[in-house]
Amino acid sequence: MSAGHSTYSPKTGIGRWFDARLPLPRLVYDSFVAYPVPRNLNYAYTFGGILTLMLAAQILTGVVLAMHYSVSTELAFNSVEKIMRDVNSGWLLRYLHANGASFFFVAVYVHIFRGLYYGSYKAPRELLWILGCIIYLLMMATAFMGYVLPWGQMSFWGATVITGFFTAIPLVGDWIQQLLLGGFAVDNPTLNRFFSLHYLLPFMIAGVVVLHVWALHVTGQTNPTGIEVKSKTDTVPFTPYATVKDGFAMVVFLLVFAYFVFYIPNYLGHPDNYVEANPLKTPAHIVPEWYFLPFYAILRAITFNIGPIDSKLGGVIAMFGAIAVLFVVPWLDTSKVRSAVYRPWYKLFFWLFVLDSIFLGWLGSRPAEGAYVAMAQIATLYYFAFFLILMPLLGLIETPRRTPNSITEAVLAKKKGADATPAGAAAAPETNG
Amino acid sequence: MSANESTEHTRRDFLYVATGMAGVVGAAGVAWPFIDQMRPDASTLALASVQVDVSAIEPGMSVTVKWRGKPVFIRNRTDQEVEQAREVPLADLKDPAARNENLPADEQATDLARSAGEGKENWIVMVGSCTHLGCVPLGQSGDFGGWFCPCHGSHYDTAGRIRKGPAPENLHIPIFQFVSDTTIQIG
Amino acid sequence: MKKILHGLAVLGFGLAMAISAQAAEEGETPHYPLKKPAQENWSFAGPFGTYDKGQLQRGFKVYREVCAACHGLSLVSFRTLEDLGYSEAQIQTIASEYEVEDGPDEAGEMFTRPGKPSDHFPSPYANPEQAAASNNGAAPPDLSLIAKARAVERGFPTFVFDIFTQYAEAGPDYIHALLTGYEDPPEGTEVPDGAYYNPYFLNASALAMPPPLADGQVTYDDGAPETLDQYSRDVSAFLMWAAEPHLEERKATGFTVMVFLVLFGGLVYLTKRKIWAEVPH
Repeated sequence: MSAGHSTYSPKTGIGRWFDARLPLPRLVYDSFVAYPVPRNLNYAYTFGGILTLMLAAQILTGVVLAMHYSVSTELAFNSVEKIMRDVNSGWLLRYLHANGASFFFVAVYVHIFRGLYYGSYKAPRELLWILGCIIYLLMMATAFMGYVLPWGQMSFWGATVITGFFTAIPLVGDWIQQLLLGGFAVDNPTLNRFFSLHYLLPFMIAGVVVLHVWALHVTGQTNPTGIEVKSKTDTVPFTPYATVKDGFAMVVFLLVFAYFVFYIPNYLGHPDNYVEANPLKTPAHIVPEWYFLPFYAILRAITFNIGPIDSKLGGVIAMFGAIAVLFVVPWLDTSKVRSAVYRPWYKLFFWLFVLDSIFLGWLGSRPAEGAYVAMAQIATLYYFAFFLILMPLLGLIETPRRTPNSITEAVLAKKKGADATPAGAAAAPETNG
Repeated sequence: MSANESTEHTRRDFLYVATGMAGVVGAAGVAWPFIDQMRPDASTLALASVQVDVSAIEPGMSVTVKWRGKPVFIRNRTDQEVEQAREVPLADLKDPAARNENLPADEQATDLARSAGEGKENWIVMVGSCTHLGCVPLGQSGDFGGWFCPCHGSHYDTAGRIRKGPAPENLHIPIFQFVSDTTIQIG
Repeated sequence: MKKILHGLAVLGFGLAMAISAQAAEEGETPHYPLKKPAQENWSFAGPFGTYDKGQLQRGFKVYREVCAACHGLSLVSFRTLEDLGYSEAQIQTIASEYEVEDGPDEAGEMFTRPGKPSDHFPSPYANPEQAAASNNGAAPPDLSLIAKARAVERGFPTFVFDIFTQYAEAGPDYIHALLTGYEDPPEGTEVPDGAYYNPYFLNASALAMPPPLADGQVTYDDGAPETLDQYSRDVSAFLMWAAEPHLEERKATGFTVMVFLVLFGGLVYLTKRKIWAEVPH
């Protein structure tokens, strides 16, 4: 996967024999040992590794849960409870899987925001970014279908609402919804196909991840300065430098993950999903899992008709648009400077965007009434304005700060600065890893 | 100076080894639940014992019941079958052990040890799963008038003892007891 | 640019205030529950929480003598009562006091027999339709998971603090509050026929279940007070156990895992420092 020249030279006879026939060790060596990474990557850059770990963890726990799960509307809910009660370590595996989905999204959001902050999407990394967006979409589909499987009230009504989006499409909407459901409402055929796809999609994610990493290793990582690697002194070999740093970040991430799994395993879930699905009774408030809440808020923010588009279709368009807009970000950003570090205005609006996304998430959990609707409309406006107005505009009118000539120069300047400060102030956060 | 360097080296090596070891311990700890979940779960282990009413089973009749997912043969043997089994010298047996979970493991495979015990010698209760590869043997057939496994040709006598063919052991006798004169409880 | 931004902020703030003021005037639809449950002390709360076996046994007694008349516990099997400190013989006795449907027999008929430890608690009604028909249309819910299936929303910012305090007892808090919370409706409140006013009820101001417990209703043989409050507390704890039987194991395992991860993380951090020591970054 490395674009550079291979430096792998097998030392043993067996190694040479193997290399001449299947150069897999060479591929691994070039991609994950000798592969050069910028020396100034901070901890925000460790989330790619964390995401790989979470994908592997989800697939592993998922495969063993599938050994005990029964995919039928009659049995699904009780089979999950059997896992929780009777299967050895079943409660652990299920809580790992359920909370693992949430932490997968925590990591992917940090990863995406990091990309937006440091301009990781800019040329020549557009395809790398788009592949990432595809992974994110696949993750959302997988998570949604997985949430249906326990066959609780939220499973059922979440599936009803989300497949209901498609009825907003003029003319063929109802037909598409029936195609997805395999019936006129969420029922056994729906559950069976969702299980099948929920098992399939993670492997498709893994496939796109391979492409994502391939594209990454062609262009190389960005870094906090946003300046391309120019010489060998700008980089360090992936192993041991990046591996040990990623490893440390993974352990810290797992620590937080374990805290949720063992002490508050139902914190991120919804109580109604411990009630078996009942097609005749809707829970008082239907809310999706937290990682969908911002989009849910955007969906509900469109309460008015826009010309010929009624509010229902408008909401669905806005919601899908909020994801679709990510795909064109490389062409919306007009700035010549890549990293927000040197873009004071973009930095400010970026952090506002982060707050706006969190705010939208909170609004998504509120009932759609009163002031919440108006607040969601303002927040939705900013969400789209950030991408469609601020990104193109700021690149044209903003005066960026002077960028260093190279990564090495930036690193050495910072080190000098740190050395010059009095001993007591040496532990500035910038000196982190 | 060189001594200093080597202590530095040792300390570094120690750190790397300790980290690596801790990683291995962690990986093993993570692996356990994934193996653990494959064991029979609590509801399977607690599966109910089966009670069978045998009052209607006349000599020469059998009944097959399901216990822990496997067939269990309960046969009320005829006097002739019992006699036939008793006459077999122990030296002729391929497997000399009783294979009766209600008796000590070293018990000899006499007809009495294979049956339901004193006073109930005519009753025999066995897991109906061939000790070769697990097929269900057919009753009252084969060269010895007992059971015959059609899969690979194992012949059992009227006390369910292997006499000919590839099976290594006598048919297993599960834990059971007569809870009343007419009711057998298996398990 | 800065001015524009400042202007925007002021505008946004002003707008939000105006909208919330308007919302307050309109008088929103009432939000249930009318009263939030109090946070009780539970032996199973916190990182080292464990169930109090005596309390679970008392709670089980309350369930058996009162709740079980209408509410099932269908996901719980008798054998798991071992967790409450009962011996195998005691469990056998408890199980045999229930009639369990089994079959079909040789004649193809379903029959009932005394329960066995491997059986689950039989439900008081054959199906949800019968349950609803016997209770004026409101089927009493199965209680196996009720302690995890009910929770009153905590609101901002409490839900953030809950992460750090490990608050996970919203279910038992709610059950306790509901059972002790029946009262006379305030003047002017209409309570529908066959419903009982309870401001702690999650979905309305009144529910179809009459007040199920009263002082002295269940006899305790361990000297615990025979009061409504104590009954409610005990049965809530019992239902938490029914919903989350592996809680103790989970928390104990969690402690080992956390300790390991902290130590391992420390080692990896030192290794990382060593490796990066010579490389300014």
